[in-house]
Amino acid sequence: MNNFNHYYDSETTRQVISVIVLNEHNVLSRIVGLFSARGYNIDSLTVAPITDSQYSRMTIVTTGDKRVIDQIVKQLNKLIPVLRVNEHKNVIEKDTVLMKFSIDNNLSDIDVIARAYHGSIQNVTDDSIIVSATDSSARIMNFIKVMQKFNPLEVVRSGIVAMER
Amino acid sequence: MRMTGAKMVVESLHQEGVEVVFGYPGGAIMNVYDEIYKQNYFQHILNRHEQASIIAAEGYARATGKVGVSIVTSGPGFTNAVTGLADAYMDSIPLVVISGQVPTTIIGSDGFQEIDAVGISRPCTKHNYLVNRIEDLPRIIKEAFHIASTGRPGPVHVDIPKDITAEMGDFIYPSEINLPTYKPTVNYNKKQLKRAMEAISNAKKPLLYVGGGAILSNCAFEIRELAKKLNIPAVETLMARGVMGDENPLFFGMLGMHGEFSANMAAHETDLLISLGARFDDRVTGRLDEFASKAKIIHVDIDPTSIAKLVVPDYPIVGDLKITVKAMIEAIESGENEFNDYTNWVELLRDYREKEPLRYIDSNEVIKPQWPIQRVGHLLGAKAVISTDVGQHQMWTAQFYPFSYPRQWITSGGLGTMGFGLPAAMGVARALKGTDKVSINFTGDGSILMNIQELMTCVEYELPVINIILNNNYLGMVRQWQTMFYENRLSQTDLSAQPNFKMLVEAFGGLGYRVTTKEEFDAALKDAVEKKRPAMIEVVVARHEEVLPMVPNGHALNEMTLIEGGK
Repeated sequence: MNNFNHYYDSETTRQVISVIVLNEHNVLSRIVGLFSARGYNIDSLTVAPITDSQYSRMTIVTTGDKRVIDQIVKQLNKLIPVLRVNEHKNVIEKDTVLMKFSIDNNLSDIDVIARAYHGSIQNVTDDSIIVSATDSSARIMNFIKVMQKFNPLEVVRSGIVAMER
Repeated sequence: MRMTGAKMVVESLHQEGVEVVFGYPGGAIMNVYDEIYKQNYFQHILNRHEQASIIAAEGYARATGKVGVSIVTSGPGFTNAVTGLADAYMDSIPLVVISGQVPTTIIGSDGFQEIDAVGISRPCTKHNYLVNRIEDLPRIIKEAFHIASTGRPGPVHVDIPKDITAEMGDFIYPSEINLPTYKPTVNYNKKQLKRAMEAISNAKKPLLYVGGGAILSNCAFEIRELAKKLNIPAVETLMARGVMGDENPLFFGMLGMHGEFSANMAAHETDLLISLGARFDDRVTGRLDEFASKAKIIHVDIDPTSIAKLVVPDYPIVGDLKITVKAMIEAIESGENEFNDYTNWVELLRDYREKEPLRYIDSNEVIKPQWPIQRVGHLLGAKAVISTDVGQHQMWTAQFYPFSYPRQWITSGGLGTMGFGLPAAMGVARALKGTDKVSINFTGDGSILMNIQELMTCVEYELPVINIILNNNYLGMVRQWQTMFYENRLSQTDLSAQPNFKMLVEAFGGLGYRVTTKEEFDAALKDAVEKKRPAMIEVVVARHEEVLPMVPNGHALNEMTLIEGGK
């Protein structure tokens, strides 16, 4: 083993990356294509325009060892419409989930659990209710797991948004 | 000035100083071709296949350092061009490729000759554009040339719908580029350079590992200076052949899978590998964890993604190679560092070279495939610019041709595209127009048939490419692997069924020769060079010759299969 191999052995970690890109034709396919062509993972991807600018922010959650993460950041930077790539170290992350349940459930139980995850009932119809919760990704996963006992009819997650502290 | 989008294309190319365009017309690009008919700015060369158009533009770009330009139509015109784009992308060759597209009103409806061209070209171009508005057209072409030729160069594809080329608009060609998201790092980090110089001063066996970036950044002179200043030996990758000059006493050959013994041993034994515009390709490194395993590594590259992609260097430097190497020379001249005497190290490599020189066992019964390459080197030397196809002949040419300057060697390194040689040599011949240099294409009996239609283009435009087919009636490189690693099961590699090459080239209007002896070869070459016409010399060569030395896949560079005998 030689001098550079310690780098290969670093552990796989989860990394939140935000990418500021020009709002233009094809830009999302460039980003997604890069990940698929080079065999990198995308665990979550969200995109929204940045107010009063020609740019959008993409928040990507990926996993890989140090070398892979370094390459992802550099490869993203190399794309022509990418203005900036931030490899977040210390972030607030939020994930939102929407869940639909039959109205026949115990609604007060659902409400109490949702509140525990910073959530609430958003909509009620004759036959169903929709609950939303916004919290860290890990807690949202936990919330979804807990709510399984109410037999959700539909589950929709937003993906992650993040901001450096 | 008001004009159509088609006229804007022609005017923009003129503004960029384009003197030749390789292309092929078709429905969606007809508006542009109508303007090409009316203009006198540049020559248009009509290839006989779009793949050859792109590769001819590459040959021109590789020989001149200018941006190569090609124009093709939508659908199949564009899909035929893809191999050329990928080839240019892998070898970082600056191209602007313009394709026609169905009208914007038809896009997405599976129209005639419609294909998602930018969707296809995205992973094999440095950047691409679909022009949606006439106002954007001049700016996009300006950006395309800028992006293709700066930073790490590469092909840029511009897809233009037919209604955009018909539409009228105001033509103002931008004089400046404003791309806030594209700013390649050309200036090295001073602190990093200082650390690298300290590493050199501590090294006992430093080695320059020179890659294709040295040619792209036009710094062969500086690299030779750097080597000479400190008496540091150098090896070249396939893409860098010609940078050091083969007569240079500090040059120890090409390294890699078919590298020279001295070059591979140098990489194995060095204690400081100084990578200049190389990217640690698997064909160079062999088994990665054994590559330069005794060495600290300095890696200079303009592309940050090349650094630490495969090998993590101790001293990474992002920057233009020419600027960085110049700074290294200045640092040496400043006298800030003291350097060791590398005489013993250079002597050791010289011993290796004497002990195991590149060689082959010549024959009087049959022409060995290496012989015509050496012979052309002897007869034409620096007067010839050498292109190749891909396979055994390519490796033999890299090994046995005496290259003496950069851009003398034109080959498809990264993608390894069979069919590259003839169109590339045509682009070279166009670049050499008006000089006394000769464009030679060393090719194989497999590769040559992949773009054989380009003989017609060469004849029509009087581009005197001399094709030398080393004919062993095999798909030789695959045959070699089958012999070595597949117990000689020669699956689909016997090319006994062949055209009469002499008659074939004559049918296109070129000069044909079939030679079986050395005397016939000399006579044919002399005739072809004198007549200055497209020619094809078929050399019947020994069938079972292997390319050696060889580092088998997955082995370290010092584990070479060597040439037996012949010393």
